[in-house]
Amino acid sequence: MNTRYDSMFARLKDKGEGAFGAFLMLGDPDMETSLKALEALVEAGVDFLEVGIPFSDPIADGPTIQAAAMRALKAGATQAKCFDVLERFRANNPDTPVGVLTYANLALAHGYDQFCDSLAKAGVDSLLLADVPSIEAEAFAEPAAKVGVAPVLIAAGNTPDATLKRIAGISRGYTYCVAREGVTGAETAMRTDHSALMDRLKQAGSAPPVLGFGISKPEHVQSALQSGAAGAISGSAIVSALAAEGIQAAAKLAHALKRATLPQ
Amino acid sequence: MKLDGRFGRFGGVFAPEILVPALEQLEDAFLEARDDPAFQDELNTLLTKYAGRPTPLTLCRNLGSEKVRIYLKREDLLHGGAHKTNQVLAQGLLAKRMGKTRLIAETGAGQHGVATAMAGALLGLKTQVYMGAKDAARQEINVFRMRLMGAEVIPVEAGSKTLKDAVNEALRDWTASFADTHYLIGTVTGPHPFPLIVREFQRIIGAEARAQCLEETGRLPDAVVACVGGGSNAMGAFADFVEDEGVKLIGVEPAGHGMDTPEHGATLQKGREGILHGARTFVLQDSDGQIEESWSVSAGLDYPAVGPEHAHLRDIGRADYVGATDDEALAAFQTLSRREGIIPAFESAHALAHALKMAKQAEAEGREMTIVVNLSGRGDKDMAQAVQILDFSARAEAAE
Ligand SMILES: Cc1ncc(COP(=O)(O)O)c(C=O)c1O
Repeated sequence: MNTRYDSMFARLKDKGEGAFGAFLMLGDPDMETSLKALEALVEAGVDFLEVGIPFSDPIADGPTIQAAAMRALKAGATQAKCFDVLERFRANNPDTPVGVLTYANLALAHGYDQFCDSLAKAGVDSLLLADVPSIEAEAFAEPAAKVGVAPVLIAAGNTPDATLKRIAGISRGYTYCVAREGVTGAETAMRTDHSALMDRLKQAGSAPPVLGFGISKPEHVQSALQSGAAGAISGSAIVSALAAEGIQAAAKLAHALKRATLPQ
Repeated sequence: MKLDGRFGRFGGVFAPEILVPALEQLEDAFLEARDDPAFQDELNTLLTKYAGRPTPLTLCRNLGSEKVRIYLKREDLLHGGAHKTNQVLAQGLLAKRMGKTRLIAETGAGQHGVATAMAGALLGLKTQVYMGAKDAARQEINVFRMRLMGAEVIPVEAGSKTLKDAVNEALRDWTASFADTHYLIGTVTGPHPFPLIVREFQRIIGAEARAQCLEETGRLPDAVVACVGGGSNAMGAFADFVEDEGVKLIGVEPAGHGMDTPEHGATLQKGREGILHGARTFVLQDSDGQIEESWSVSAGLDYPAVGPEHAHLRDIGRADYVGATDDEALAAFQTLSRREGIIPAFESAHALAHALKMAKQAEAEGREMTIVVNLSGRGDKDMAQAVQILDFSARAEAAE
């Protein structure tokens, strides 16, 4: 399948840049702020966006993103409102890739096919379900791909080669590489050298690897790219900045992190 | 994974990719241990000499009648006071076999936490127990018990601060600590291989009860009745009877304030299919997929999901799932205390409440019936709560 990610990676490659993506929890603190924050992040130069649809029991998330999800749910976030914001974002932003990151129970709640249709209709490019590992992924990947939503899988340093092969066979758009053990959060920094995983993914024929988990500083982004990643994602740091200081602070951080992907 | 980890369409491995190698290691260790006489010997020795197995099958002297016999499988007599001991000892040995030096566990009321602390103390494993902050505040004695046995109790402030959040936190810990840590899950939930492992380590309940019943009555029981929280005591009681088609298997869920109120934990009867804590199963959730909080007077049954094998047994019609309300359970709690001199756990009182209903109906219809009730635990832990709830003079008369 051909995705906005493919065009993005091709364009960045020509410029000698790595990709930088920012993550936000939709509905934190409310839907209108999320929409403005997404647009501000694009303005600040991020290449792609990851958005969370808030779930009550996010087992792969640390305290920062858990708290963001709780705030969003308390403020009345629903799946329908999330899709609505994404659709409005897409109307004004035809090119920026947008991926949804959430949990399997939400994707099944109204029927999985309907969930995929809603993603497609909202102009979403990819879907990552944090509690669906590659051995369970096929049943989720096919219906998504059928409506043009790229299934994104996670790979980790401890993932064996045989599993990386399976991941490479399923993951489209990009492959999300976790930069360390544990859950999301900027409290524990990423480990620095990921070249072994990047090499193994390349061997397996994976979609471009993008590194996330614990990325909060420009040097983290640089070391991700030096390890051979095609890009880096910052989540908790952006969410924290938004919660503590607002949209401008989140955009400023995103801008600094994006600059770290420019040719040195 | 060597096995597919499915029970019909339920179960599976719905955990972050980074945990899959740890789950594979656990599956390997379990399959090897199952065929290793040395492991089985060590476990058997612990179960008999430390925990006090086999537990008796007690025929009620005063409840039931000549025609309707109620047998109690006495897991309440096990060291630790509940069936939980069976599987924490086994998982503790598995952890050691895998070279792990630390145990983590979730606990609601504290029963599984206490059992894990016990296994940690016995086997020399550092033990940390996640407990919702709300639960830790209302179950101080169990927090003290865990600390007394050397475990650290970590209050969980996230989410609703109850059992489901403690499970979340234990899973989060494990994604960073699996190299030296075993997650000793408390029931037949979680990603494969946990539901399989915990069932196999609880299977001894039904295996003993089946042999004891045959020996004493010359035939199999008509029904096996057990309470269902996550479902471990029930799966343990059911497993050896599943092939015995004539034996009814009945799981009793907490109906709390009533099935038609939002305050219950009747996941299999009122929940919808979903994915929580690693498995596809029935889940209490709102229409948008957010997990709802359950309710029960008994903390051990207060969980918004259920082991995937129960979802399957219900689906294929092999087991029936019914409810007992808080009030029905509290009445049965008093009845067993007064009529048999046995104080059951609130959880087990749910199973008993339904068994008493069945007995009454059979007697009214003049039918013969033999019922085995899994008395999963003793009531000591519930005393403080019982003192608060029961207005003795009024209730005792009602129970007569
Ligand atoms: C005595 C007793 N019975 C039953 C349960 C419920 O768990 P399960 O459904 O896994 O047997 C508990 C849980 O704490 C318990 O303490």
